[in-house]
Amino acid sequence: MFIRSYGDTIDDGAVQLSFTLPVPCNAKGCEAARQYAEKLGFSHADVVHSHPLSDGYSFYVVYGKTKVSVDYDQIQVEEATGDKLYSMETACEIIRQRIGRKVVIVGACTGFDAHTVGIDAIMNMKGYNHHYGLERYSEVNAHNLGAQVPNEKLIDYAEKINADAILVSQIVTQKDIHIQNLTEFIELIQSKGLREKFILCIGGSRIGNKLAVELGFDAGFGQGTYAEHVATFVVDRLLARV
Amino acid sequence: MQKKLGLPESQIAKARDLAVQITKPVINFIDAHTTTAVERAALRLVGVDGADSNGVPVSNIIIDQLRGKLEGGALRWYVNALLRTGQSPEAMNVQIANGHKLTEHPLADQMAIEAKGTELANQYLARICSNRQHREEKLEQFIGNNHDPLLYAIVATGNIHEDVKQAQAAAWQGADVIAVIRTTAQSLLDYVPYGATTEGFGGTYATQENFRIMREALDKSSEQLERYIYLTNYASGLCMPEIAAMGALERLDMMLNDSMYGILFRDINMYRTFVDQKFSRMINAYAGIIINTGEDNYLTTSDAVEKAHTVLASQFINERFALEAGLLPKQMGLGHAFEIDPDIKNGFLFEVAQAQMAREIFPEAPLKYMPPTKFMTGDIFKGVVQNAMFNFASKLTNQGIHLLGMLTEAIHTPHMQDRGLALDNAKYVMNNMADLGSEITFRRDGVIVKRAHRVLTETIEFMESVASIGLMESMEQGAFADIKRPRDMGKGLDGLIKKGSDYWNPIEKAIAVK
Repeated sequence: MFIRSYGDTIDDGAVQLSFTLPVPCNAKGCEAARQYAEKLGFSHADVVHSHPLSDGYSFYVVYGKTKVSVDYDQIQVEEATGDKLYSMETACEIIRQRIGRKVVIVGACTGFDAHTVGIDAIMNMKGYNHHYGLERYSEVNAHNLGAQVPNEKLIDYAEKINADAILVSQIVTQKDIHIQNLTEFIELIQSKGLREKFILCIGGSRIGNKLAVELGFDAGFGQGTYAEHVATFVVDRLLARV
Repeated sequence: MQKKLGLPESQIAKARDLAVQITKPVINFIDAHTTTAVERAALRLVGVDGADSNGVPVSNIIIDQLRGKLEGGALRWYVNALLRTGQSPEAMNVQIANGHKLTEHPLADQMAIEAKGTELANQYLARICSNRQHREEKLEQFIGNNHDPLLYAIVATGNIHEDVKQAQAAAWQGADVIAVIRTTAQSLLDYVPYGATTEGFGGTYATQENFRIMREALDKSSEQLERYIYLTNYASGLCMPEIAAMGALERLDMMLNDSMYGILFRDINMYRTFVDQKFSRMINAYAGIIINTGEDNYLTTSDAVEKAHTVLASQFINERFALEAGLLPKQMGLGHAFEIDPDIKNGFLFEVAQAQMAREIFPEAPLKYMPPTKFMTGDIFKGVVQNAMFNFASKLTNQGIHLLGMLTEAIHTPHMQDRGLALDNAKYVMNNMADLGSEITFRRDGVIVKRAHRVLTETIEFMESVASIGLMESMEQGAFADIKRPRDMGKGLDGLIKKGSDYWNPIEKAIAVK
């Protein structure tokens, strides 16, 4: 089944765009915006709004239609947990019944990244958006080391407490700094011969499972994922080892 | 200002008394110590500048040369070398960068050193005074042309020259204040990089040259727009006082400058931060700079409904430390934030309660109000509405410094249009309901009034427990932001120095409030 964006009629291909051009806001700028949208592949490009952002920059809202479509039946996604999701209670019950000991999870935002918001959302007692964090899980020993933790320190700590899983959070992704840092993490843990000892997860608002697997991690958790997703993945991986 | 909450004056006075009790032992500690960062800041205010071929700043080279000799202060060694060689600071800085050792020169007569040091200090302090005077003249010239509250936008490209374009466009769009966000992790560098910079992550390095470049650009905008454009940076982290010194020299107008933020959120040693914040605030006080405190950060790590009282307690403590450093209430941009979960019923009423309470308790402070960040989702359309609610609360409660919420918060550092749309949003809302605040009062038995009373009561209970345990001990136990910071841990402890009986710092002496 081929699909395209929907405005008010099936297959109309309606899309809204907004962007800034580095030119003054006038009739010529509007025409430039229209032609630019057409060159992006949209037909019936209509500049519905423009206003200046300064002497030399202008902002446009444009509607257009596209003939581009995708074959929905061929779409494959690689999500860490798929459709499966254990609630906190279920995850803890499985751990009690089938693992028979506390699961140890250590997390940190590593490298220069100073943002605790991601790791806190997954780990803090309070959790985020009405999803409790791993600290609230009675069968999980959760250690949140905070932000700006060197990769080496996180790995050493995980080894010291004999963690089952390590969570690495990365929020700042400007100029792909997170790729450098995560690559360094993988290289470091491999050089220590510890790669297979831990379940390795990464997370952050711009992180996905695909990226995680490409970089050599076991799973990645992005927008819209909570502690339940991480717990589901870690528990299933541990069960596979039992 | 019309008071609407009926908060008992006796309770507010009690909280201020508790702030005095809480800070007193810390202030005694502060006054007995200096730090490597304080000495570096003072050195910069008698002429130390520049860096060696590896980029190590001359101020750091001097401190390294004087390890173990700093209890009397670093300045006598530098001034002594100038006296002994007859050289200018500029020439001496080059020599030090090339390896010249200050300790090669035996110390001259202290009277001669003090005379020369005072002469140099007066020269740099005169420059700071003239900056202050210039700012006051421009504010007077363009009076009435800034927004109320001041609309504050950030730029964060990593490249100072790109920042200039974004900042000038933001000013054109209506921003009154431009903050150049620092590159991530600069707060943990124990030196200030030198020169103009074009690479950074999530922000741009704070350097004296970057300050100068942005100041010059915003001065042009100010003249063109006939509106004074304030420039902001971050006197926080391990170089808190040094950044304050540079900001004073280059006429920055605001500085993020919290007494406890670095301890809690950057794991900087508490002794180090307490000493550093005092000297940095003394410099800011002298330079007429408005400080911004970081209470908003409590709410990004803890819950904004349950932990509202820690924000107010921190505001009282920040106010006390600020007064001790000579800052006037009108220089205290005490912080707070619009961070209550948008799904909570009546959450907006709690936000109004908190903002109105801060307004009434700190009537002269230009309160710094931070926009929603924690519950911004990537849904930019909902984000616009969240920001509109925030803009409404801010104007309704007469805040002083209004950080603009970006619809793309949680996605990327702002694009030019994000800032433009944020300014349009704020200008629309704040103009459209401009005088609503003076039209309405709140029910005495209503949600807003009751909430404010409860938070004030909880604040006093919290401050009583902090006062009885001690501030440092409370921070060790995780009383603030749920973060535990042992006093002997954290970064920068090795830079703490007990002042000797012969400690000499002509800058401190000159700028201390008598």
